[in-house]
Amino acid sequence: MSTLLGHYNYWIVIVLMMTGFYTVIARPNLVKKIIGLFIFQTSVFILFISMAKVEGGTAPIIEEGYSLYSNPLPHVLILTAIVVGLATTALGLALVVRIQEAYGTTNEDDIHVQDETD
Amino acid sequence: MLLSNLPALQVVVPLVSAPICLLLRRPGHAWACALTVSWAVLVMAVLLLRQVALEGTVSYPLGAWATPWGIEYRIDMLAALVILVIAIIGAVVMPYARRSVMQELDDEHIGAFYTCYLLCLTGLLGIVVTGDAFNLFVFLEISSLSSYVLISLGRDRRALTAAFQYLVMGTIGATFILIGVGLMYMMTGTLNMADLAQRLPAVDDTRTVRVAFAFVTVGVSIKLALFPLHIWLPNAYIYAPSVVSIFLAATATKVGVYVLLRLFFTVFGVQFSFDDMHVGDIIMWLAIAAVLTGSLVAIFQDNLKRMLAYSSVAQIGYIVLGIALATGAGVSAGIIYLFNHALIKGALFMALGGIMLRLGSVELRDLHGLLRQMPWTVAAIIAGGLSLIGVPLTAGFISKWYLVAAALEGGLWPLAFIVLASSLLTVIYVWRIVEATCFRAAGDERPGVREAPLSMLLPTWLLIALNLYIGVDAEVLTGLADTAAAALVGEALP
Repeated sequence: MSTLLGHYNYWIVIVLMMTGFYTVIARPNLVKKIIGLFIFQTSVFILFISMAKVEGGTAPIIEEGYSLYSNPLPHVLILTAIVVGLATTALGLALVVRIQEAYGTTNEDDIHVQDETD
Repeated sequence: MLLSNLPALQVVVPLVSAPICLLLRRPGHAWACALTVSWAVLVMAVLLLRQVALEGTVSYPLGAWATPWGIEYRIDMLAALVILVIAIIGAVVMPYARRSVMQELDDEHIGAFYTCYLLCLTGLLGIVVTGDAFNLFVFLEISSLSSYVLISLGRDRRALTAAFQYLVMGTIGATFILIGVGLMYMMTGTLNMADLAQRLPAVDDTRTVRVAFAFVTVGVSIKLALFPLHIWLPNAYIYAPSVVSIFLAATATKVGVYVLLRLFFTVFGVQFSFDDMHVGDIIMWLAIAAVLTGSLVAIFQDNLKRMLAYSSVAQIGYIVLGIALATGAGVSAGIIYLFNHALIKGALFMALGGIMLRLGSVELRDLHGLLRQMPWTVAAIIAGGLSLIGVPLTAGFISKWYLVAAALEGGLWPLAFIVLASSLLTVIYVWRIVEATCFRAAGDERPGVREAPLSMLLPTWLLIALNLYIGVDAEVLTGLADTAAAALVGEALP
């Protein structure tokens, strides 16, 4: 029980990851796909942040009276990954806008039908 | 001073030039900027290879931060060879690009096109030079994001859906790699690849490390389009502008293969990857499936770009086959194959770009009797096709020869048989091109269709000439590949 609850942040990661992944695979709407992709990436951010936590550690700022700090490196890495994720989402949505202009729809199935009748 | 900073300059020069390209609003100026940078990158690549050949592995601490903490750029023989491949293709494709891009893109997009090309070049070179696992992820995303944009610039609206599909799959792949890197960091507390290699054996009997291995393997397999994760590749190659098809077909998947080699052999080590995790068996079956289905599907394609794209899936199978053997000879064959295939596919897609410029189509039925009107372009396709089959005196022969020899050395004669059998499949689809272009009479008149311009023919034939040269004298290449493979596998040189 304690491992189950004690690792609750990892369970959140898994649930988010699968939610996002499922949305990417199962939803025909391209905008929803991009949202799913972003949820999928976000779960990884939480995974990284979780591993940075040091029990009893405080924020990594040098200060009298504190000697135990959380690991700041994963935070920094994830800052980079967030920027990458943001860029990916922006680009993905921009592509969806262009697809909407070209096909008149953002539904994957309709696009397939249009491509095949071409 | 300049020489000692080569590893950093290799990445910084194209990175800094990319926004400059965007600021130069005139298409011609942007092109000139990209051309200059591409050639500078080639010069640096040659100097780097020379330095590595003479002095051994080059280590460059970025910003002079000591290595396990700071980001290290690390260039061994394998990295130097892959950098050379990227640089050669970049340098050859740029003079070619001017005419092709002018025709296939709107004027206002051309500056952005060259910007994205330079960013893609930066990303690919960065993946190869870096010795830091997280830095690799960042460069991977730089190259991926810019290649999504490049693909979406194609004229056909299906370029957009192809780019979207690639974006979704590529992001999943990159995120898998990120998860793997995170789990490795969790167990070892380091991101430096050399440092990881030292610390992983102590903890490699844990589920976390095994899961990390699985995540990065699947993630990289998406990037290099290993069967059955290749579905993004054909559409991306077909609907992208010709120049992008050439550049991505010749370099992007090859860099994926490089990352695979780096992870299996340098980071996790031969023992863990192949003896404990048995990844060799898995990727060998996938590679065989890739070789056979790729070649079979290619036979039935009427669009030449699609045909070559499926052929690429098969050729990646061959490369992975060599890696799956996990012997010095096998890995060396894989590296030789990687190098030669970049030259072959680069040349073939360049010839198709020429046809696209003059004809506006690469459907087989539109090419009947084209030999009369575009003799040099068609001859380049035939020469490239022969090399793809593996006819003696071409580079393709050298790579297949080494692959078959490595398979036989490992006692795997069925594998050698599969390589030869699928070469016969290659003969069939190359023959379809030859038949259509040389032996069929042109159905309708094609007024105004003439030979591709010299600026496009010369680069094509330069790559073909390199192909033929390696087919005759491959000693330098095989020597370098053997050195690189021996360093990876940890064997003494034969």
